[in-house]
Amino acid sequence: MTITSEDPCRYVTFKLKDELLGIPVEQVQEVLPSRAITPIPLATEEISGFLNLRGQIVTSIDLRRRLNLEPRTPGTKSINIIIKDEEDLISLVVDEVGDVLDLVPSELTSPPATLDAVWREYCRGVFQLERGLLVILDAEKVLDIHVGA
Amino acid sequence: MDELLKEFLVESNENLSQLDQEIVELEANPEDTEILKSIFRTIHTVKGSCGFLGLSRMEKVAHHAEDALGKMRDGVLAVIPETIDPVLKAIDIIQEILQVIEETQVEPDGDDSEIIEDLKRVLAGDFTVSESSPEASEPSPESAPQAPETPNQEAEQAPQPQAESPAEPVQEPEAPPPAPAPPEPQNATPPAPKAQSPAPAKKAQGASQPSVASKSIRVDISILDRLMNRVGELVLTRNQLSQLAQSDENSPYKLAILELNRVTTELQEAVMQTRMREIGNAWKRIPRILRDLCSSSGKQIDLEMIGADTELDRQVLDAIEDPLLHMVRNSADHGVEAPDIRKAAGKPEKGKITLNARHEGGFIVIEITDDGAGIDVFRVRQKAINQGLLDPSDVGVLSEEHILNFIFEPGFSTAQQVTSVSGRGVGMDVVKTRIQSIGGTVSLSTKMGQGTTVHIKIPLTLAIISALIVSSGHHSFAIPQVGVVELVRVSDENRHLIETVNGARAMRLRDKLLSLVRLSDVLGLDRPSDEVRNDEYVIIIQVEKREFGLIVDAVHDTEEIVVKPLGRYASNLNVYAGTTILGDGRVILILDTTGLANKSEILNLSEGKVNEAATKVEHTDIQLDRESVNLLLFHSNEGTRHALPLSLVSRLEEFDSKDIEQSAGRYLIQYRGHLMPLIPADSCYQVGSVDPQPVIVFSDADRVLGLAVHQISDIVQDRIEIEMKANLPGILGTAVIDGLATDVLDLHHFLRQTQQDWFATTQMKTKKHLDLLVVDDSDFFRNLLGPIIVGGGHKVVFAKDGQEALQILESNGNAFDAVLSDLDMPKLNGFELVKHIRQREDYSELPVIALTGHTSDASREKALESGFNNFITKIDKDAVLDAICELGNMSS
Repeated sequence: MTITSEDPCRYVTFKLKDELLGIPVEQVQEVLPSRAITPIPLATEEISGFLNLRGQIVTSIDLRRRLNLEPRTPGTKSINIIIKDEEDLISLVVDEVGDVLDLVPSELTSPPATLDAVWREYCRGVFQLERGLLVILDAEKVLDIHVGA
Repeated sequence: MDELLKEFLVESNENLSQLDQEIVELEANPEDTEILKSIFRTIHTVKGSCGFLGLSRMEKVAHHAEDALGKMRDGVLAVIPETIDPVLKAIDIIQEILQVIEETQVEPDGDDSEIIEDLKRVLAGDFTVSESSPEASEPSPESAPQAPETPNQEAEQAPQPQAESPAEPVQEPEAPPPAPAPPEPQNATPPAPKAQSPAPAKKAQGASQPSVASKSIRVDISILDRLMNRVGELVLTRNQLSQLAQSDENSPYKLAILELNRVTTELQEAVMQTRMREIGNAWKRIPRILRDLCSSSGKQIDLEMIGADTELDRQVLDAIEDPLLHMVRNSADHGVEAPDIRKAAGKPEKGKITLNARHEGGFIVIEITDDGAGIDVFRVRQKAINQGLLDPSDVGVLSEEHILNFIFEPGFSTAQQVTSVSGRGVGMDVVKTRIQSIGGTVSLSTKMGQGTTVHIKIPLTLAIISALIVSSGHHSFAIPQVGVVELVRVSDENRHLIETVNGARAMRLRDKLLSLVRLSDVLGLDRPSDEVRNDEYVIIIQVEKREFGLIVDAVHDTEEIVVKPLGRYASNLNVYAGTTILGDGRVILILDTTGLANKSEILNLSEGKVNEAATKVEHTDIQLDRESVNLLLFHSNEGTRHALPLSLVSRLEEFDSKDIEQSAGRYLIQYRGHLMPLIPADSCYQVGSVDPQPVIVFSDADRVLGLAVHQISDIVQDRIEIEMKANLPGILGTAVIDGLATDVLDLHHFLRQTQQDWFATTQMKTKKHLDLLVVDDSDFFRNLLGPIIVGGGHKVVFAKDGQEALQILESNGNAFDAVLSDLDMPKLNGFELVKHIRQREDYSELPVIALTGHTSDASREKALESGFNNFITKIDKDAVLDAICELGNMSS
């Protein structure tokens, strides 16, 4: 996908703490309300566990932990954004899901230099919306979690 | 990849793999024109497609091979090794090229002039048929019995090659003798009985092949996998619906759900069926490999394949194909001997390799048997020692089977000569790893001079396995049933089974000392603190012939689970084998028992040896000679180090020094219901000088003895060689153990001390040894009373309740001097029992003593009124012994 196209792209937006983030809609398979997660002992802490999506196993990534945000207080609601990446189904656990926005990729600007280093690494760019910044995540990098044996 | 190219690759690979087998068959049955035609067709198709796709190099090779085959088909060229070899080589080259194309999508460059020259030479006719004989269509009967692969052919002499075939006579005496063609379906002869016929896979092919092909279609595996997944989901949904319907008797959906149930089950079976393939598919390449091997080594080997139609899951089949090939190569290469050696050994010159597959429970068992030289266990042992895998001192301890297992160690090969085929020491370890990775096992058995058999046991399918559902803390896990040997429940009553040795947990189960590991420790799970001691379970798991115990909090049930992948983030943690979804929709992890064992380092080699040694020693009592044993090292006071064979030790305990009592100059401690004498391991040692006081507990028959020591330091494996005899009582002598001078304890010295004590006390009290019947429904109290009574010199028979007691009395009423009975029991309680006894003529006078937990005067009154002679508290050992003593005095 080339970002320079003038055709609008659709982005699924979601909230993490107070931040507004988004990923291209074509990467998202579906959005699920929170459900029971089976933790994986010994896995890195970003991996919150497995969930059952109609008989398929989905690995769930706690996006707050992945992006160095303070952990969600237990009991607060969360939403799963299901992504299909190659053979794996992966869920990004976020606080809440917002609108799907049509935006022109050429308006995507590089992230401000002041952005947290971790964020900058996972960020593909920033849209300057009227109500604030929308950080577009690079799903590939977000999913590239190093798991040592 | 280009769709067209993809299709071509799939088709060609399939055709060529079949060719290998067909060509070997053709050699054995040169006049079988059906096979020849089929081979020709295949090559022709390949050639045609190559031209179409512009794969010029491959086309050229195929073209020349086709020419040669055409001449063979037309009877101009004899089918003999000299003509077939170049064709085979050409097919090899085509396969190589295909492989490169698959990887790179481009035809590789290369020079094929050599093979083309060879094929041209064949065509030019060193081997053209000179005397085209008219009796060609007659199979030579005398050659038939030697033909490979048709073990039941004697019964099949009748089948003739097809009449119209211009088949070739065979002039080469060295060539494999021709065999009659396999019976064709259209032949008048009755088909060979399938059940007993170890039908080689070829019968399914050949002439009848086109019709089979037209009835089947090719389906992409990923579609089947998706189908399987969806069926799994359907099963889960069905389960949920069934549960709902069950909860409501009058559900209007009941019938519909019942129907859904049936259909789902059938669907599940049918989908599983689509994944099944015959194991013969994995054997296809074997005839060709053996043929090549024979022609290069000059060996003669018959191959027999039994149970080629045994079906197993495609995934399993893929996983075992290479290991199987490797093992057959091994059997042929260093199993079967060269003809002259075989002759000299009085064996037929032609060796034999048998592949045998069959179902056994939920498993497939595959055996690869050769009638070769067998494996020299002694040489394996030497090699293991040379390579540092085996400590020479362990040799005596290890079984033959264990030594043979070294063959599966990386870098291990006993072949004295390294050949191109095997003997490079790579392979058997890989074979083992591969088989284990699919939950299978592999082992060897061998007899010198008679041959070797490799046994492989693999699960039928990887998709659905039987598993034990367990939990630790809040986490549930599935453990594949394959490795589970047994379950032991650990409650307060038998918690002493678990011992701690230098921080490591162990458990003595029958004659084995098992290492234990707590699942919550390996996985770093939160669990309730040890203060709250609930029942636990030890799951005894076997990994590579060694066992260990996994401690979990609860064991639920056994379920058939659908194995699902772990995904990228959990697959390299090496402790999980997969995931599954339970009936209630929960996702749980499937544990990889081998991984767990490795992670907790519970099965490293030395540990394995420890277990073996401990087992061995147990059987042969103390061994103070050459063999190395497990030794418990401890300090009896600040300085001296002592050692004892671990096998003599029952338990290691620590007692608060305030619990240690002193009586008549002896130390005692209440231990598991009775008093255990504590003896200092060294006369200078002050019992109770450390707190808690470490105690080594011994139990000999029904006596227990605690040896108070300063510190328990370690367990090592070493030999006991007494270098210096000691004059001290209680010390056998001094040995160098683990590099340090160590006093070896004479345990009998200490046991004798207490034995005298026992006899002294009992003799004082009773003059006569009595035969007693003890009736109690509690295991615990029977176990508690047994040693007390037997220790008092009496004989005891136990009954679990009044009814059983009466039965025993019925058949053997006069054999007892007295009955000791609990009051509160199921079936027939103590009061009823005594009533029955008093009503009998033959033993109405039999003394009956009530054993009870409570001692209130009222119950005592009641007991005596009902006919009991006495009334005692069963936890009071002395009262029990006194009461028995009184009986003895009375009766004498």
